[in-house]
Amino acid sequence: MSLKLKALLKSPWVFHLSTGSCNNCDIEILDCLTPRFDIERFGMLLVGSIKHADVLLVTGSCNRMSVERLKVLYEQVPKPCLVVAIGTCAGSRGIFKDSYNCPVPLDKIIPVDVYIPGCPPKPEAMIAGVVKLIEKVGGSK
Amino acid sequence: MGKTIIPIGPYHPLQEEPEFFTLTVEGETVVDIDMRMGYNHRGIEKLSEMKTFENSTFVVERICGICSTSHPYAYTRAVEDIFPMEVSMRSKYIRTIIAEGERIHSHLLWLGLAGHFLGYNTVYMWAWKLREEILDVMEILSGNRNAYAMFKPGGVRRDINAEDIPISLKKIDSILPTLDMLKKAVLDDPVLHARLKGVGVMSYQEAIDFSALGPTSRASGVARDVRKDSPYGAYQEMEWDMIVTKNGDVFDKAVIRILEMFEAAKIMKYCLNNLPDGEIDAKIKDVPPGEGIGHIEAPRGETFHYVKSDGTNRPVRHKVRAPTFMNLPTYKATIKGQTISDATIILAAIDPCYCCTERIAVKDGKGRMLYNGQDLIRLSRSKTEKIRQRMGGR
Repeated sequence: MSLKLKALLKSPWVFHLSTGSCNNCDIEILDCLTPRFDIERFGMLLVGSIKHADVLLVTGSCNRMSVERLKVLYEQVPKPCLVVAIGTCAGSRGIFKDSYNCPVPLDKIIPVDVYIPGCPPKPEAMIAGVVKLIEKVGGSK
Repeated sequence: MGKTIIPIGPYHPLQEEPEFFTLTVEGETVVDIDMRMGYNHRGIEKLSEMKTFENSTFVVERICGICSTSHPYAYTRAVEDIFPMEVSMRSKYIRTIIAEGERIHSHLLWLGLAGHFLGYNTVYMWAWKLREEILDVMEILSGNRNAYAMFKPGGVRRDINAEDIPISLKKIDSILPTLDMLKKAVLDDPVLHARLKGVGVMSYQEAIDFSALGPTSRASGVARDVRKDSPYGAYQEMEWDMIVTKNGDVFDKAVIRILEMFEAAKIMKYCLNNLPDGEIDAKIKDVPPGEGIGHIEAPRGETFHYVKSDGTNRPVRHKVRAPTFMNLPTYKATIKGQTISDATIILAAIDPCYCCTERIAVKDGKGRMLYNGQDLIRLSRSKTEKIRQRMGGR
């Protein structure tokens, strides 16, 4: 494992990216930060700029206008960067599969490391997903 | 002094959803604002026309995660409006309980985010901690935290168990003292007074002119609430107050939302205590041809749905108008003459919900419609195919 990746896993800073979601996953991500779940105690921090991010949390069904922005943003993230698809929309487009404005799923646009299904996934599921991501990348303990 | 344009977005730390603002500023003062939408458009109205009447409820639930009761509620009311039918009293009460629970959690969410936008993270953490409690109540009653899936045309999908009622009531009662503490902490805080009073003022006349809805209009003294004006559900069964204030600034909008939570808790408690017996589902077999409208008071204002049926099992037209659609243009009135630092909270003050708002219309500069619905479907199908091929799919 590269030193960069090793350092990243100590305290992954997350950036939240909504590509046309319904807010549900987004507010559940924010829920993870608030007192009941409080993932900040594990060193995870929601950052405001993509250039500070280690992990991208992508929600939503990738509609046409946001796909262009998503590509630009993915180019701007310092690599290595891990991508987590949160919610059924980001994973497989779910109910929006037949929509004219959501032509391709997220994993055809950028590489995805972990999928967290659910509509919306519970904060517990998100934390479990990120833990799995860390174990997968860092090797089992 | 020359004018400067500040672009905000579409992905910015201020709000959760992507949207693009351009602020035109002179020095520190904002003189104009423009918005660019479309990052959330998912074609819900068209999707809804592909589904049956019952399945459409799940699609409209996904219009917005925070208003995930308001949209199905308005939609089911629109379907029930197509032909004369009566929903049982028990399902009306259950619908009211879920709708008011959503109002509490939505207002707490707004209060927290408003604190966050002001840099007052204590309020953010307190409000969201309280919000967890109300989400627990909703999880007890409906089985899920956010998307409840309780609604169906003709009634509700799930009954409320008798043994869940005492524990829910106890939980609501345990929230109220903390909520009261939060109310006092927010409304008596000199810092918040200094930040919010007199900021982003919308006058009574402007609220009328922009057809502002919900707490945004009630803060300017416009006493407009669907629950009072055209009662539905169980709202006429009990006493509750419509909160109206006069000043129209951000502080008053906060006051309205905080006080509304207490009213919502009152309504919820009444409904849980007096839940009548009876069927929960009217079991609609066929929907005859016709049109129906349904409107309800969502946490952000009036949500309006229109459904047209041609006698088959699918709607032929489904139109959605979310409250934010009417509230967004009020930025033009509220933000002018304010400083950039206040712009964040003014933009958040209407409790914007962009994913509710994203409907489509293609117009040229003179306001003429360029495409009708059929043209758009044809265009989008051909473009989808092109994109699929380019991405190597299918």
